[in-house]
Amino acid sequence: MAERPRAEPRLAAELRDVWKEFVKRGRRVEAVQAIDFAVAPNEFAAILGPSGCGKSTLLNMVAGFDRPTRGQVWANGAPVEGPDPSRAVVFQEPALFPWYTVLDNITFGPKTRRVPPEVYRPRVAALLSQVGLEGFASHYPAELSGGMKQRVGIARVLVMEPELLLMDEPFGSLDAQTRLVMQELLLEVWERRHQTVLFVTHDVEEALLLADSVSVMTARPGRIKKRITVELPRPRALDLTTSPLFNELKREVLALIREERLRAAAE
Amino acid sequence: MPRRGPWFVLLPLALLLVWHAAVTRQWVAPGIIPAPAQVAASWSTWIVGPPGKSLSPYSGTWLANVLYSSRRVFEGFLIAAVVGIPLGLMIGWNRLASTLVDPSIQLLRPVPITAWLPFSIAVFGIYDAGALFLIGLGAFYPIVVNTTHGVRDTNLLLLRAARMLGAGEAAILRKVVFPSALPSIFTGLRLGVGVAWTAVIVAEMIAVKSGLGYVLWDAYYVGRMDICVATMFSVGLLGFVSDRIILGAGHLLLRWRALEAHG
Repeated sequence: MAERPRAEPRLAAELRDVWKEFVKRGRRVEAVQAIDFAVAPNEFAAILGPSGCGKSTLLNMVAGFDRPTRGQVWANGAPVEGPDPSRAVVFQEPALFPWYTVLDNITFGPKTRRVPPEVYRPRVAALLSQVGLEGFASHYPAELSGGMKQRVGIARVLVMEPELLLMDEPFGSLDAQTRLVMQELLLEVWERRHQTVLFVTHDVEEALLLADSVSVMTARPGRIKKRITVELPRPRALDLTTSPLFNELKREVLALIREERLRAAAE
Repeated sequence: MPRRGPWFVLLPLALLLVWHAAVTRQWVAPGIIPAPAQVAASWSTWIVGPPGKSLSPYSGTWLANVLYSSRRVFEGFLIAAVVGIPLGLMIGWNRLASTLVDPSIQLLRPVPITAWLPFSIAVFGIYDAGALFLIGLGAFYPIVVNTTHGVRDTNLLLLRAARMLGAGEAAILRKVVFPSALPSIFTGLRLGVGVAWTAVIVAEMIAVKSGLGYVLWDAYYVGRMDICVATMFSVGLLGFVSDRIILGAGHLLLRWRALEAHG
């Protein structure tokens, strides 16, 4: 395995004994319970769990959109107070600004933060080709396919070179073919800059293919059941999913999920 | 569905024929309603007839009165938009502004513009200011209400996206909330300009001595129903044209939306 650059020893994200309750129609809903979780710098960490297990809640708390009911959330050595460009988010829906062109969507962050154009322009050009959107700079989101929109969603956060990239089932609403293409794209991007990623998904193969660690969550109220280290060689490509080692890990994860389902059914 | 083509003229033509028949066959008492041809003749004299010492005191005065009314509508509407849009943005965006201002607007809004007439004359007298007050007030309500509504409808996900991209409150208002509310704002502007034409006629009938509303009431008093009807057509036409102008401006500014609808 390639040597990874070690920027700093501090953690990219850390949750200490985090609990989160929502009030829905006057009833308290416990979303997550007693979460202890950390993402190391340059790690690609995946959180795997069924729908409604609170994994998006967990990510939203790291993003600063939600605050924990109890416990602490830290990122890059500081407590999370609110959203910040150092913790950029790729949502399940592309969430592009429909009134801006592809280019204006990608430069939204740098322009808003008054980064000088000579700094971000070369980055934008490089990103457009990296995500395969050359020639689409002046298109509006409505003119793009779902996969292309999500590429813009990725490019507009990478252009800010965030310390932590948060991805909330970013490929969940894409068709199977497009999803594979986007997974390869993300692997390429990761190889290029060893971007620290916290990736939330319900897709076992996706988690194992992309991540260095996969944390399996329980059904609601969500807790982290087990963290599995994915010792698969990098750089990775799609054909990895057919290797024996991959399948062994997949069996392990599936067993955890089955065990969890049985436990939930017994309650 | 058949193409639009020239079919849209069918209903207006039929209505004209019924109108013509109703007058010539005396379905209505004679001498009350003028026939279409008579209205057309009077209208054309009103527009292009020689001004001054003609048989008709209205001869050649149409354009001047149209300009009086249009200017009032334009000015009143402009005031309403300049006050209504920023206020709507504030009410929709800021809870404190909403608490402080919105209840008063909702309480005042049901008071019809006609009910404000005595107040307006008492305060502003029979000058332009009174007309502008009524027009501005009438157009203000739909503009402020629709702007507020548009702001509150802003997609939460887009707000989160803007925040995590580093946008502060001012940038979010300018780059996310305002463009997102723009379709609603244009709905408000269209409704507002409609109310403005209603208000200008009411104001001119009573509070000022020029413009189409004044002509309408004056012509009624002297028994010139032909001019009354021609005035109604004129106001309808001007209202239609101003609506199209706003619609056109909206299409120009909201091109991204047209793409969405056809995408």
